[in-house]
Amino acid sequence: MKKYEADVVIIGGGSAGMAAAIEVKKAGLDVLIIERDYELGGILLQCIHVGFGLHEFGEELTGPQYAQKFINQVNELEIPYLLDTMVIEITQDKTVYAVNNKDGLIMVESKAIILAMGCRERTRGAINIPGFRPAGIFTAGQAQRFVNIEGYLPGKTFVILGSGDIGMIMARRLTWEGCEVKAVVEINPYVSGLIRNQVQCLEDFNIPLILGYTVTKIHGKEKIRGVTISKVDTNFDRIVGSDRFIECDALLLSVGLIPENELTLNAGAELSSNNGPVVDNNLESTIEGVFACGNVLQVHDLVDMVTAEAKRAGNLAIEYINERYGKEVKREKQIRCIAGDNVGYIKPDLINLSDISKETMFTFRVKYPDRRIQIQFRDKENNQLIYKKNKVYVIPSEMVEIKLNLEENQIDTGCQHLIIDVVPRPEVLIEEE
Amino acid sequence: MIYDVIIIGGGVTGCCIARTLSKYDLKIALLEKKADISMGTTKANSGVVHAGYAADRQYIKRHLSIHGNKLYTQAYRELNFPFQRIGSFVVAVEDSQIKDLEDERKKGIQDGVPNLELIFDKKRIKHMEPSLTDDAVAVLHAPTAGLVSPYELTFALAENAAMNGVKFFRSHEVVKIKHTDYTFTVRTFGDEFKCRNLINAAGLYSANISKMLGLDYFDIMPRKGEYILFDRNAMHLNKILFPIPTVVSKGILVCPTLHGNTFVGPNAQNITDTEDTSTTEAGLKEILEGARKLVPNLPLRASIRNFAGLRAVPDTHDFIIDNTDVYGFINVAGILSPGLTSCFAIAEKVKEFLELLGVVMKVKEDYNPIRPRPERFKDLSKEELDQKIQEDPTWGKIICRCEMIPEREILDAIHAPVGARTVDGIKFRCRPGMGRCDGGFCRPRVIEILSRELNINYEEVTKKGEDTNYLMCHTKDLLLNEIKRGEEAE
Repeated sequence: MKKYEADVVIIGGGSAGMAAAIEVKKAGLDVLIIERDYELGGILLQCIHVGFGLHEFGEELTGPQYAQKFINQVNELEIPYLLDTMVIEITQDKTVYAVNNKDGLIMVESKAIILAMGCRERTRGAINIPGFRPAGIFTAGQAQRFVNIEGYLPGKTFVILGSGDIGMIMARRLTWEGCEVKAVVEINPYVSGLIRNQVQCLEDFNIPLILGYTVTKIHGKEKIRGVTISKVDTNFDRIVGSDRFIECDALLLSVGLIPENELTLNAGAELSSNNGPVVDNNLESTIEGVFACGNVLQVHDLVDMVTAEAKRAGNLAIEYINERYGKEVKREKQIRCIAGDNVGYIKPDLINLSDISKETMFTFRVKYPDRRIQIQFRDKENNQLIYKKNKVYVIPSEMVEIKLNLEENQIDTGCQHLIIDVVPRPEVLIEEE
Repeated sequence: MIYDVIIIGGGVTGCCIARTLSKYDLKIALLEKKADISMGTTKANSGVVHAGYAADRQYIKRHLSIHGNKLYTQAYRELNFPFQRIGSFVVAVEDSQIKDLEDERKKGIQDGVPNLELIFDKKRIKHMEPSLTDDAVAVLHAPTAGLVSPYELTFALAENAAMNGVKFFRSHEVVKIKHTDYTFTVRTFGDEFKCRNLINAAGLYSANISKMLGLDYFDIMPRKGEYILFDRNAMHLNKILFPIPTVVSKGILVCPTLHGNTFVGPNAQNITDTEDTSTTEAGLKEILEGARKLVPNLPLRASIRNFAGLRAVPDTHDFIIDNTDVYGFINVAGILSPGLTSCFAIAEKVKEFLELLGVVMKVKEDYNPIRPRPERFKDLSKEELDQKIQEDPTWGKIICRCEMIPEREILDAIHAPVGARTVDGIKFRCRPGMGRCDGGFCRPRVIEILSRELNINYEEVTKKGEDTNYLMCHTKDLLLNEIKRGEEAE
């Protein structure tokens, strides 16, 4: 068994893991990245389209270019990393067990852990599409890997279910390869990815976008030969008589991403409704000294936002090691944040009462699009509105970020639950933001 | 070369017969239509080893299943497939149903089903199975009922049979059979086999095979059963839960698997197409509604797959295990539930029939009944794992992250006797792709390994045989072809 020690061990060498590692190393602490693939970079490496880095670097980069900037920094700072290495267990005392084919079993003892494992795609099984189970059904990200990394086409005529960003980007990518994308079919009455992808990937290439429909049957016993799509009502139930058959030899699914937290769960940490770990305002999970950032915590719109969150996590881990590690500081009282009306989930899940004088970064997604709304933060115990903000519109594909100093907003220290609602704007005064 | 015995059909029945006969000094071959064994009815069923009280007394299947259940104990020791007697509940939710359960219990005990017990104590029921509905008024507990992984059992049987000399021919669909001079000539696409004795274990296709020899005394109809599978750890059940059975089936179960998943199903729908394993919107609704009667709180959000399997339903209502009018031809047909339970008993029966036909059963000197337990990453302690990786680095390369499967297990699945040739073959042997990501992570890696080990191109790697390749061509091939066509047109 090979043993390592590090102040901070980082699980995952993608955009989140590398950004966090760089922060920790710059502060002079020992850090180790554990990556399961054969190179650093994570999912960015198969995202060969442009659109990354506008916020972080002020220029438009491809995924591999964006990743390379961080890989270069990792190398310059001589941050150690293990490749082809799969973490199999995280224990409560922050020991990480992993395996690879060179060292065998690996044990890493650390003071803090940063979880940066990213997310996985929702599958056909998760949405229970009826029909046959032929070859030719792929998640969009899997198809992206086949095309961009392996160099193979998984079909010639495609239907894409779900208007997630990867689905729309693959629609364009496949069109460039000479494939035909018959349709992008979305169950919601609105696009679930970014507007810019709808314009640049679908509209610019005349790829039909069919809203309010879903795939209700898969045809073909051996190889897929088509799908039935049907219009759905507001409960997402199939409307009888609305069936349409579309011929295709491959079906891609772009029906959502789920933070990947089996390790987190097995370590004994609590997860929240978005399948990300429950974290406090320090991005610290319910296990002391275990932090989370990037898509393992919540699925972000842009990698730039992942980088920003990961830098915060890196600095919060440093702060933990310097100020709290080994001192048996008791966890103080916490306020629990609750996703209210039209809020899918909210991060952080908890706020330490002792931290309310600091600025807290709240992030959440709405469940459905709405216009002319008001975001409200309410103290449940005192039934008091402590903060409100008007917005012209909200859509599920755009994460809402709100920085807030709760003390300045005069939160009562008796507050135990903070409810976040997105509600129609009260028509008192008309004021645009 | 004339075989002593040819078996048509590589499901659990055919493979169990092959393994049972492999003990004796006989030349045996097994022909399977699909690209792999175990890919028909065997692949998609409930995987329940029944206690054996359910079928009517007039039927042979009752007696074969009661006996067959007992034979699992020794087979499990020899073949090392996943099997566990966790016990089953048949759940009465109305007082009027209790009498039926009491009748079942009495008759079951008379016929040799051990330890059947009718439980009325609600507290005790709830203690034994906390997830069960509060509506339960009584349960029939059968502690000898168990779970088996039907495909892993079948692979174990085939591996052991092959170790003992049985020849397996996959992708060999039988298209014609001739019987002259006490010899069968069995034609498949491209090949011809000769044998003295022919066993028809062709499942859904067994009536067709029988008709090739002019024997049309039975018919087989497919009856579809749909299932929904939930993620590992989504819920924990202690028992196999059955409702009160109906005429056509044992009803919709809520059942754990030996790999920690839970499934609900099957429904029962008579169809005509023997290849129609499609699931339906109505069917999936039906099984969820049925399952909720036993377990009201199903983990719907943790559903990871739906699938359907077909039962081979005979019009005789019973197993058809016959020495037929064609000398040397044995039908083993209509093996639906409790066929999996009965497989070892059925194989014994077939052996007896062959003896009646004059086949001499002389035990081979080098017969080895043991199929070693496949080594599994998740069974190893950390120290064992470390040791293994030092000896063989492929233990340290994880290919499937959901089920934690290292490359070694996949290589073993490929290089085992009657090894995997397809992505599904690997999935059912050692589980990559069985998990919650549905192969999203491991599939490209499994394709790479198959391509390398079988020395074939990526485009030739298939899901389940011919016409099921995942990849069509290299990127840019479509564009290059278009350019070429344009140039030719000019």
